[in-house]
Order: sequence, then structure tokens, then C-alpha cells
Amino acid sequence: MSAHVTATVYTSHVPAIGAAIDLGRTDEDYWVPLFEGYEASRAWMADNTPDVIFLVYNDHATAFSLDFIPTFAIGTAARFPVADEGWGPRPVPDVVGHPELASHIAQEVILQDFDLTIVNKLAVDHGLTVPLSLLFGQPDGGPAGRWPCPVIPFAVNVVQYPVPSGRRCLALGQAIRRAIDSYPEDLNVQVWGTGGMSHQLQGPRAGLINSEFDNAFLDGLIAAPRHLADIPHVEYIREAGSEGIELVMWLIARGAMSDLSDGGGSAPEVRHRFYHVPASNTAVGHLVLEEPA
Amino acid sequence: MAEKPAGKPYADIPGTTIFDADQSRMGYHLNQFCMSLMQAENRERFLADERAYLDEWDMSKEQKQAVLDRDMNRMISLGGNIYFLAKIGATDGKSFQQMAGSMTGMPEDDYRAMMVAGGRSPDGNRYLHEWDGGNHKEADEQSDTETRP
Repeated sequence: MSAHVTATVYTSHVPAIGAAIDLGRTDEDYWVPLFEGYEASRAWMADNTPDVIFLVYNDHATAFSLDFIPTFAIGTAARFPVADEGWGPRPVPDVVGHPELASHIAQEVILQDFDLTIVNKLAVDHGLTVPLSLLFGQPDGGPAGRWPCPVIPFAVNVVQYPVPSGRRCLALGQAIRRAIDSYPEDLNVQVWGTGGMSHQLQGPRAGLINSEFDNAFLDGLIAAPRHLADIPHVEYIREAGSEGIELVMWLIARGAMSDLSDGGGSAPEVRHRFYHVPASNTAVGHLVLEEPA
Repeated sequence: MAEKPAGKPYADIPGTTIFDADQSRMGYHLNQFCMSLMQAENRERFLADERAYLDEWDMSKEQKQAVLDRDMNRMISLGGNIYFLAKIGATDGKSFQQMAGSMTGMPEDDYRAMMVAGGRSPDGNRYLHEWDGGNHKEADEQSDTETRP
């Protein structure tokens, strides 16, 4: 037996969603439609909790300042503290890692010519913890509690240009799948891609939302991911806003599914799809794609 | 209309500054100052005497003034990046929506209402020439009417 990818999960990771959960405001009119959109996925997740999550996100000038800017960084530590991003740390548990699988993936992916940065000390920000809260709910016990499973943080630079291309991200996802497949322990692994969808947080054009682009991206992610991988950076910025570039991270998770693997496979099954505008400044998109049985 | 610099295909997008190597170089000390505000004791020290705290950093006079003025657009034009600048907003107790909205020239309630109504349309906001030579105010009004029923 070996480890295997069973599903991929995609979600925006807006900090205001975390604040709404942390401050108990999820039943306010503004937030109800958003959290309702995740109910089915939370029920599915409760029945399909993986052994490990490989979670692709970006650090928002939290662990990485301008001193070091790794394009792709894999967290190999046993534990990742929750960062204070300026509002104080979110009241959620530290994230427990899976150092053995993470080190194995680092080894196998680097030997496939992707030059990852290995990180043993990493405070994780809303980019990683908001998706966990959305899909699992808030763990009992607050900071003293625990998340339902270990998580391997995988941080992608989408803050300072040049950021990686969509094509590179998709190919990296394929390499990650090969690495997971070769880990000699029977583990159910999910790969999550987070960030997006359309949003722009800066300048006079702030507030841009493009639901047409976003929904076409969701369609493409399901059925034509190779085509999506050809979208150049400038098109994300122009069409989906400057911070819409985060969507390249979804391609890493998508690349890890069997239909894009060397042996080929059937298209994934769509367990859930949701789209909502707005959460604060951002269009929220969410997909759960399961490997065919 | 400004010419598009070589290697910057994003330079013809209106109201948008891409945080590339040139911006990052210009903004290094400004952004690193922002990082220092992730520690509670630094936030307190900054709020107690902003000028003195800023003078500990190798920032330009213009950058320091932009911080004192909380002029987010100016900070961004001087090399700031929103995820770094957000630490100043957090120190002031502001949300990302208040920070982003402050850069559009719209009152806070109007910006929030625009987002609830579906956000700023990409139509008329893709290319510099659509903003009539970069007149932000007109473009904002234009987009404002477009996105509201």
C-alpha cells in the first residue's frame, strides 16, 4: 500500500471570514449565505476526513518578509504556530504537521527538478487557517484544541513578482502526486488549493469582481485544467484583479488528480460547487473534486 | 497615455500597481517597518510616538509622511505592498475592506454597498485608455453607476 490522493478541495481564504467565525458573527445576514454554501462540504468532510492535508496557500507577508521570498516552500516541521498578523493570533489551535510525508514529498519533488524551499519554522496565517475553519468548523477548546488531521503547509509566492506561472503550478501538482503515490504507507491524502477568486485590495481599482471570469475558471478547473494553465499573469490581473493572481495556486491542487497523471484516469467527480459575492472585498469560490471510485 | 515599459505587460491596467522588483526595491524599508508591527509591543510603541518609531527606520521622508497621513495610495506608489501595509491598518483597528475602500476615493459606506451589489465591474476598468488618461475620479463614478441598480 502507498499513500494516495483521494480528493482535492478549493476555497478562497478571505481573512474577514476567519474574523466572522472567531467573533461568532456567522448568523448575521451578511454572512449566512456564505456559510450555508459550505454546509454540504463540511458534512462531506466529516465523513471523508483525510489522514493528511497537503494545503497550498500563500503567506501574506507573515512568515516571509522581503528578506526571503521562496517561490515554493514546504513546511516540514512537526508543529506550525498560528501567526499574529497584526490583529492578534486567531483563537484556533496550532497546526500539526506530518514531517515524514513532508520530507518525502520534498525529496521526490526536488528530484523531479522543482527547487522547493524547505521550511522548519513557519507561523501560518489566515491563508492556511481560514480554509481549515471553513471545512471543519472551529475546533473545540480554541487554541488548546486540535484540528482533525495533520496538515502539510505549502506556501507559494504570489505577492512579489515574478510569481510562478500557471503551467509551472499545474506541473508541480503532477509532481506532488507522484511523490505522494510513492510514500510507503497507506495514507488518505487530500490536496487543497486556496486563495482567489477575483479581488483587488489596492489602488483606485480596488473592489474589482469578475463573476464571469470566476465561473469560467471553475468550469475550466473541472473539465479543462490544461487550458487554464496557459492563462498569463496579466490576464489574471486585468480580469480578476491584482490579488486574483492567487488562483494559480488552485492549479497545483488540480495537477495532483489522477486524470492528469502519467497513467491517465477518469475525470474527477464534482462533490460540491459554490460561488458567492462578496466576502469583504472578495469573490468566494469553492469546489470539492473527488477521485472517481 | 504613458508608454508600456518593456517587460511590464501589466502597466496598462488602470488604478493598479503591481508589486514587482522595482516596487519592492523602492519599498524595502517601508515594508519591513510594517512587518515590525506584527509584534504587539511594537504596535504600542508606534502608536505612542509614530514619528519617533518611524525615525528608527531607513525610510524616505515621503514614505514616513505617507504613513503618518495613512495615505495608502501614496504608500503603494512609494513601494508599499498591501499585505505589508495591512499591518498598519491592523494597528489602527481597520479591516481590509476599510483599507481597500480608502484607496478608491469612495466613502466607506458607498464602497461597502458597491461590494454587496457585486463589486466593481471589469467593464471599463481593464485598460488605462478606458480611464480617460488615468482620471480615477471619473472612472470611479462610472463604475459606481454601472455596478448599482
